[in-house]
Amino acid sequence: MKRVTPAGLARGAAVTAAGLAFPLLVTAPYLMTIAIFTVMYAALATSWNLLGGFSGYLSLGHAAFFGVGAYAEAIVFTHIGIGGGYRPFAMVPLIGLGVAVAAIPIAIVFLRVRGATFAIVTISLLFIVQLLAFNLRSLTNGAQGMSMAIPPFPVATYERPFYYAMLAVFLGSVLCCWIVSTGKLGLMLFAIRDDEDRAHGLGIRVTAAKVIAFCVSAGLFAMPGAIWAYYEGFIYPQFAVDPLVTIGAVLMAFLGGRGTIWGPMLGALILVPAQQYLAYSQGASQLYLIGYSAVFLVIMLLMPRGIIPSLRDLAVSHNPFDRPAGNGESKPSTSGVSP
Amino acid sequence: MHLIVQAAILGLLTGGVYALMASGLTLAFGVMRVINVAQGAMIVAGAYVSYTMFTQLQIDPFVSIVIMAPAAFVVGVAVQLVFLRPLRSDEREELSLLVTWAIALGIEGILGIFYQTTLRATRPSYVNDSLTLFGYDVSVVRLAAFAASCVILVLLYLMLQHTRFGRAIRATVQNPTAASLLGVESNRVAAYGFGISVATATAAGAVFGMITPFNAGSHYDLISRLLTIIVLGGMGSLGGAVIAALFMGMSEAILAVEMSPTWASLWFFVILVLVLLIRPQGLLGTPERGKL
Repeated sequence: MKRVTPAGLARGAAVTAAGLAFPLLVTAPYLMTIAIFTVMYAALATSWNLLGGFSGYLSLGHAAFFGVGAYAEAIVFTHIGIGGGYRPFAMVPLIGLGVAVAAIPIAIVFLRVRGATFAIVTISLLFIVQLLAFNLRSLTNGAQGMSMAIPPFPVATYERPFYYAMLAVFLGSVLCCWIVSTGKLGLMLFAIRDDEDRAHGLGIRVTAAKVIAFCVSAGLFAMPGAIWAYYEGFIYPQFAVDPLVTIGAVLMAFLGGRGTIWGPMLGALILVPAQQYLAYSQGASQLYLIGYSAVFLVIMLLMPRGIIPSLRDLAVSHNPFDRPAGNGESKPSTSGVSP
Repeated sequence: MHLIVQAAILGLLTGGVYALMASGLTLAFGVMRVINVAQGAMIVAGAYVSYTMFTQLQIDPFVSIVIMAPAAFVVGVAVQLVFLRPLRSDEREELSLLVTWAIALGIEGILGIFYQTTLRATRPSYVNDSLTLFGYDVSVVRLAAFAASCVILVLLYLMLQHTRFGRAIRATVQNPTAASLLGVESNRVAAYGFGISVATATAAGAVFGMITPFNAGSHYDLISRLLTIIVLGGMGSLGGAVIAALFMGMSEAILAVEMSPTWASLWFFVILVLVLLIRPQGLLGTPERGKL
């Protein structure tokens, strides 16, 4: 497996350039807000994919880590007093690292079960964190929420620092996914996804691989939460620990293609602007829930493997010299992850 | 001591309702390996329908069960045919979680549009009555809710044990391949099984609406409890789910009295983590074999 392909390098460079250039071309604040959320969900979906897409362990509780990231930022801001301006951004990597370390015992306990049981116990993680945010009043201020001072950034380019911070986290997540998927850990995770018992029988240290993937994924998932909390300036339990964050990230990863590098970003690029537009124009959160539900059901029924794998199959099946054995219906192949 | 026994009685009665709620969930998992995350939303939907029947048509909530359950059965069969059957069998277990979660969001959204977010409760004339048994107060509504849950659970048990269809369901739970080789139509069993599961959810919803105020968002709280119950009982085991539900109902009520109600909600998750550490297959579950 070649680690760096020209096509892959070109894709990475193109996405980075487009991401960096966007705020210079577009300055309307509401468009920048949409862009921040799009990049945030691209980062979330990409880091969820590191566990859910590569190892096949569907975590439905990742929003808990997002919430922990958000609360960690607010707590550091309020109780430790790191100061305003750009300084809170410096905490983001530390928070990511802290959450990844804190996730080790959680991963060891939760990864004792597989398949659907794993997915449903991760849901409980969400409610645990929400309950803690409500009940640890001295730290989190309970239901009243926590606020952070608005930073003194110039009004015309107020969103830029948040946008670039999100972009940095997103590109970092993509880099992590790429390093994992082209390395030994990736091979171990793909083997686990396809047949965990056989992988174990072949001497792969499945628990270690799963725990590492879980913790990296959790740490990456917490970082956008920290930036988001600073951007919103005010958080409270239901807002910061929201099941819709998980659902959004999972939906985007499925739409784009789970287990691929760029699929989750593609899903976010398609869904988040539509979602933000709906939220602005309709306002009603109920309609928004129904829209989410409808899109999800349609994707699951019509394209359960996502856009990128489906397109790749289409491209392959139209090439008479390169027809895969199991026609388009076969399971996602384990031979690595391209686009 | 008096307070603790009082709490235990209350918890036992609540646990009976949890048992009814969890029975459908564990049945659906046993028969088709589908985890119905929308179970909580379906319970809340049942509570709303029963509430509306009571406030608009003055139909008693217990009577509304008899009207709703057949309709819910048909809805369940339809949901199974449209959303769950098309999923590929090797991925059904995991994808069904996402599909049913999407259904739950849809139900939450629709209920939110019709009823807004105000907390509601079905309050029939006898809601504040209570009996005194051996010096302990027992609310009539909770007792009746417990009794109704027991009746439905017994009917469910009798159907599983003594009818041809019940045997087909049990055969499918034990070994789907062998069952279909012996002539069990697995598609039909799956559809009817899901229908029954939804029917029990709405029946449980009607009694839930009388004992707890609810709104469209209540389903998250419900489903997180129910999932803990079926993991504790052993996924797919009906008996395990009933035992786990009664245990959780009682222990939560006692903890709420002894400690504080806010921390008692965490108890479910403490139990969940303990189960994972000590006995991941649950009380009456079988250890995971192969790729579960």
